[in-house]
This record gives sequence, C-alpha cells and structure tokens, in this order.
Amino acid sequence: MSDYNFAYLDEQTKRMIRRAILKGLAIPGYQVPFASREMPMPYGWGTGGVQVSAAVLTPDDTFKVIDQGADDTTNAVSIRRFFQKTAGVAVTEATAEASVIQTRHRIPEQDLRADQILVYQVPIPEPLRFLEPSEVETRKMHALEEYGLMHVKLYEDISQHGDIATAYAYPVKVEGRYVMDPSPIPKFDNPKLEMAGIQLFGAGREQRIYAIPPYTQVVSLDFDDYPFQPTKADHACDLCGAEESYLDELIMDDAGGRMFMCSDTDYCATRRKQGHVGAQGVPYKEDAA
Amino acid sequence: MQAQVLEGGFANLPVDTSYAFRAIMTAMARPGEIAQVRGATPPAPMSLAAGVVVLTLCDPETPVYLAASHDTQQVSDWITFHTGAPITQAQGAMFALGAWDDLPLADFPHGTAEYPDRSATVIVETQKLSNNGTVLCGPGIKDHTHLSLPETQAFQANATLFPLGLDFIFTCDDRLAALPRTTRVG
Repeated sequence: MSDYNFAYLDEQTKRMIRRAILKGLAIPGYQVPFASREMPMPYGWGTGGVQVSAAVLTPDDTFKVIDQGADDTTNAVSIRRFFQKTAGVAVTEATAEASVIQTRHRIPEQDLRADQILVYQVPIPEPLRFLEPSEVETRKMHALEEYGLMHVKLYEDISQHGDIATAYAYPVKVEGRYVMDPSPIPKFDNPKLEMAGIQLFGAGREQRIYAIPPYTQVVSLDFDDYPFQPTKADHACDLCGAEESYLDELIMDDAGGRMFMCSDTDYCATRRKQGHVGAQGVPYKEDAA
Repeated sequence: MQAQVLEGGFANLPVDTSYAFRAIMTAMARPGEIAQVRGATPPAPMSLAAGVVVLTLCDPETPVYLAASHDTQQVSDWITFHTGAPITQAQGAMFALGAWDDLPLADFPHGTAEYPDRSATVIVETQKLSNNGTVLCGPGIKDHTHLSLPETQAFQANATLFPLGLDFIFTCDDRLAALPRTTRVG
C-alpha cells in the first residue's frame, strides 16, 4: 500500500474528470472542458493522459504505456512507474495483456479488443487552432458545424504540394458531426480509430477531454478527387521484416546509412520471437536485449 | 436526521468508485450493455445501482433533482450526507433521479450549441432491465442491440436534438445500463 490516494488524484478531482469522460462519450468528438490539475510532471509530458488514466484505472487493471509506439522510452517508463506506485496496478509491455493503454502519438499495430481502453495524450486538442487562434471563434465554428476552413487548409496542401501533405494529426469527422484532432498520430493510424475498444483523449495544458465510443464512425477529411491515403515509409522493417507496420527511420552513421524499424516495439519483438528476421536483423535470442 | 442516513456509503471510497465508474463508463460507451455494480445501500425507494451512480458521480458541484417518486426526506438526506450535492429544481439539475413517469424531461438542461456537455444526466429507476425490447443502434453498438426501455418516442425525440440532449442511466436493483443522446432508438 502506498501513501498516495488510489491513482494519485483526490476523489473530487476524479469525479470531475469522470463526469467529463461520460459527457465526452455521449457526444463523440466534442471537446469537454475540465479543470485540469497540476501533475508531478511538466505539461507536454502527458498530464492529460495521466489524469484520464487516473480516473479510469481500477486495481485489477494491467497498464501499458507507449510513447511513439515504444514501451521503453523515458516518458513511457516514468508514467508506467507512476501508476505502479500510486495505483498498485500490474504493468505490461504486451499489447494483448493490457486492459488500459496510455499512448503518445501511436495506435498499437495489434487490433484492440472490446475490453481494452486506449488513453491518448493530446498536446493541442483543437483541430482548428492553427487556423483560428481564438477559442471563442473555434467554439462557435464547432457549434455551427462551420468546417470550411479545414477544407481550405487541405486544399492549400494540394495546391502547394500536389497532394494532402498533412502526415500526422490528420483531422477526422466523428459520427458525421464534430471535426476532431486525433492527436498527433501518423495518418497511417487513422483507419484504426474505428475500433472495438473505448478511446479517451486527455489534453492537460489545454484542459479538454474527448472520446470515441467503440464502433463509432470516424472519417478522415478528404476530397473526391484526392481521397484520404494512409501512408508509411515504403520499406519493410529491418528488424522483423514486417511490411504492414508503421516504421521509424533511424540514421546509423555519418555516411547516410539508415535503417527502418517498427515504431511499435511490442509488435516488432513479438514477431522476432516468432522467428521473423528483417534485412538487417539477427535471429531473436532470449537474453539478447 | 436518522442514523440510517449516515450508513450505506462505500466502504473503501477510492477503490469502490473506481470499479463503479468503470461499470458506468462501459455502459455509457456501449449503450444497451447491462453492468452489475455493488457497494452502496441507499434508502428505499432508491435502488442499489442508483446509489452507486450518485456516490460515484455527484458532489457539491452537481445539483441533483429528485422526481416525486424519490423526493423523500430519507433520500435527500442520504445524498446530502454522502455527496454534499445540493438538491435542486429541474431547470438547474446536472443529475436527475426518479421513476420514468415522474421525470419532467423537457425542464432539464439540454446543453447549449457551444457547450452541449452542459446537459443533465437522468438516472431512471426501472422495475425491469433486460436485453429484450427496443432496437438500439449508433455509436458504441456493433450492428444493433436491444434494451427494455420505458417508452420509445421520448428517446427518439431526444436523439434528434443531437449534439444537444439528455443522457440516461437506467438502474434496476444492482444493475445498470445507459442510453446516451447518440443512440438511435426503434
């Protein structure tokens, strides 16, 4: 037993966050304002996701945290340890074993089940913010369903670059009503936003919570003649040989040597354990790593 | 105030509310799915499940409306003691509690165009709760599902208000299910 209240936050704060989550689920894609608290980590390190996780976790949960797909980065490790200490929950790096997954900027490659919850860390929840700096105005635009500006932005992409150059935080329309920022996930992940699990989004600094219930219609904005296309590096993973996963590019030396590998470390490791070997990979050994 | 009013709360608040909220959240995310809850013993005529919902979500910031069926001294004292929530008129309610026939739905806040979340959550006490009855489809539901609703028309009218509207939690003994404004009924 730790000296913290279960999952760190006090009960009144959790109730306030829980009410926001329920309204978020009832109005998919709408950003519910909430009284975000100071957390023992800086803004930008996932304070929104952490507050949502704290409101959602039960002692029976198994918790996983990924940062750009990886379980072993500083941010992921420290958030995982935070809830290990303050909530006493079990933790895992295996997507299939987790009941609650907090993520920064990726959706796991493996499809989530109905009993799994995905919590996103969101930096800027307002998809219109870089087009219209005023909150009063963007709120009015959402109220009036006035999303023409977003299409102008995508159109300008096409006129400047020849196609829609937006590669991450690609705007979506949820259930035919609210345009939503899916957080800075690569647009490769957008089709996975229609899933069996519950998706919750927390923006700590911007004080917004929003949600997508399971099996909710999520459409990436596009044009008839420039349809939405999820993209990834045109390569296979050099470690595990996967051709369908989203890849990170790693510079290996000063001579232009490079390597592509799965951004989802659990997916890559699982494949390597199964005996898959990529172009620059070596067969998996139990005590390697 | 009778001693009974002081009893019936959660034994271990942080842990009990975490399980209760998970059940309520899953119900709201998957309309029609029936969840079981435990831990509260509110005074009659409140059901156990309604007690759990009130203990988990209500506090001094959430005015509660009690419909005629539940507007007793015992119930209002119990809610006041355990949550600190003020008892209010229908127009100011964030939560409403009562039997279906006693709830003045039109009077509850339905949210505003800019803040559709500022709407009431209605806890409807029912005698039966089962997956037989009206067809439901919409967000959170794969294909379609069924739920025993007290009527159909009111929920159809509520869904047409989207993104405004009320969200419902049905409670019966120790079980609950939810119906957000997005669900298409019938």
